[in-house]
Amino acid sequence: MNSSFGSNPKVRFGLVVVTFFAALAILGPWLTGTVMGIDPRANDISAIASPPSSEHWLGTTQFGQDVLAQLIAGARGSMFVGVLAALIGTVLAIVFGVTAGYFGGRTDHVLNFVTNIFMVMPVLPLIFIVSGYLRGTGLWMIAIIIGVFGWAGGARTLRAQTMSVRNRDFVLAMRMLGESNPRLIGSEVLPHLGGWVASMFLSAMIGAILAEAGLAFLGISDSGAISWGSMIQAAQSQSAVLRGLWWWFVPPGLCIALIGTAAAMLNFGVDELSNPKLRSATRKVVRRTRRVERAVAAETRTA
Amino acid sequence: MTRHDGAPADTADHEVAVLSAVDVSKHFVVRNAVGNSSVVRAVEHASVDLHAGRIVAVVGESGSGKTTLARLLARFYEPTQGQIRLDGAPVAKGSAARGYHQQVQLIFQDPFGSLNPVHRVRHNLDRALRIHDRRLGRAERRRRAVELLERVSLTPGEDFLDKFPHELSGGQRQRVVIARALAVAPKVLLGDEPISMLDVSIRLEMLNLLGRLSREEGLAMLYITHDIASARYVCDDVVVMYAGQMTEGGPKDRVIGAPAHPYTKLLVESSPDPDRVGTTSRDDQFADAEALGEPPSLIEPPTGCRFHPRCPFAMSRCAEEEPPRTDLGDGHWSRCWLHQVGRADEIGADTYSAALARRDPAEVAS
Ligand code: SF4
Repeated sequence: MNSSFGSNPKVRFGLVVVTFFAALAILGPWLTGTVMGIDPRANDISAIASPPSSEHWLGTTQFGQDVLAQLIAGARGSMFVGVLAALIGTVLAIVFGVTAGYFGGRTDHVLNFVTNIFMVMPVLPLIFIVSGYLRGTGLWMIAIIIGVFGWAGGARTLRAQTMSVRNRDFVLAMRMLGESNPRLIGSEVLPHLGGWVASMFLSAMIGAILAEAGLAFLGISDSGAISWGSMIQAAQSQSAVLRGLWWWFVPPGLCIALIGTAAAMLNFGVDELSNPKLRSATRKVVRRTRRVERAVAAETRTA
Repeated sequence: MTRHDGAPADTADHEVAVLSAVDVSKHFVVRNAVGNSSVVRAVEHASVDLHAGRIVAVVGESGSGKTTLARLLARFYEPTQGQIRLDGAPVAKGSAARGYHQQVQLIFQDPFGSLNPVHRVRHNLDRALRIHDRRLGRAERRRRAVELLERVSLTPGEDFLDKFPHELSGGQRQRVVIARALAVAPKVLLGDEPISMLDVSIRLEMLNLLGRLSREEGLAMLYITHDIASARYVCDDVVVMYAGQMTEGGPKDRVIGAPAHPYTKLLVESSPDPDRVGTTSRDDQFADAEALGEPPSLIEPPTGCRFHPRCPFAMSRCAEEEPPRTDLGDGHWSRCWLHQVGRADEIGADTYSAALARRDPAEVAS
């Protein structure tokens, strides 16, 4: 299973890119500080809006800041928001979706009602209002807001999947032995939702990175924090596009696109892993062999 | 000729049955796309007694209610009517299932579905042992797990502890499932077609295992099957179900050797090789019954005797009145009007197909 997961070229591409950005995010301060010796916030008055050169590989901004250093620092900001928001969203989706699907009945009614409310809520305007209200509270708050408003769709999916797993024979059998509900959920049902949870996490992560970029672009973000979104926003506010300062806004845009693609590629791999058709193949084979057996038996009887 | 519906089916044994269903019925309400609801009468007025060291087989085609009966006994759902009794004491509705399931365990039909593919054999047995007795230490649980595996002939048990279900054959999986059920030391095993999904070559071994557990270890067993031959091979008593009702029951030699109900006769005759266990597929077994017309609807079951649209002996009263239960001695009983009108000999007199050929269409009023 694992070998087939890693051997898929799409998946390998996704893994490489995501690992690269994760490393960038984790090692960012060390890379910019020690290796490059550049503070992403420092203004180099001698090089204002200069194109890529040997000194500034990706050029500088209108304020004389090194774009490469900013890009690395931005990876940290964007990945942080992406991972934290996806974690919050996935946990909420599991809590609401799996609980509702597993217990059914009144619990399901209540939880599903809440899920539906979050589903039809106009999320983006709400995020604007809330984050506007909490202006300047940093990337933490942005991530929490994105996570808290973005779990409903995932909960829906998990609920449906849980409903199909909870009445499978192996769950009934363990329940009949006297296994408790939390254990049945955690140890019998959840492992079967692994693929769904993983793909939910990945798409939540892309969603959160994009949402943060969008918020930053609209100016609703922590002005002190550096993220890919805030870089593009700064470029936009200085009319970088009109002035042809492409090295300022193209790299962060590319990074966002690249990590989005990588997550999508990983999703393909997860899909193949958790594809129920592949799993039920064994059963089908059994049935087919039995049919053959029967035919042979009939043959010999008539002969 | 007394009629005692609701009385325990087995009169041969006077000690209290370990587990019994007394006149149970189960109706399911189903809703179609338009929202109209209808009632499916899956089981009606069924009674069965399970005794220690004895195996009772319930034989019937799909839709006869035999699986529903097993699941009622396993308390997956509450009966709509009637009672489940454990050691003679009625089981209260909604009472804690845990204590009950320390006594009664169900073996599912599909060994591929009843083991979680993500867990090793060890996990299954370990959890069951732990739930059964929280005081057991880790080493003791391991020792007992090995013991359980060897009890179901998976030897050496050590070798199987760390296997995943997909590394085992169907027969081995079913043995693990049985070992897991035995871990809580139940008194009753309910087998819902436990061998029908297994390879023909190992069915006999599985039946031997079930027989041994019952005879040597004194487990009471219910064996649900569509296969007359396997029922004859392993069980002590047979009950035949048709369209949610029990039509005939008694010691296996009487029921299978000298059927006292036209439907049982049909089953016995259409079982191509009654001595070869497990070679009869469901399709073969019921091909003859199906050739006689649509299987009965459980939503609007036939009036009177539910078998009358397919019965070669049917009389006009068969379509009007439900036949009463007739006791034939030795715990053998049947529900058929033939016994009440003195035509019982006809059932044994001829083969089913000959009787069918003679059937006078005018007599079947329906
Ligand atoms: S009661 Fe009538 S219809 Fe039913 S099995 Fe007996 S003879 Fe046939």
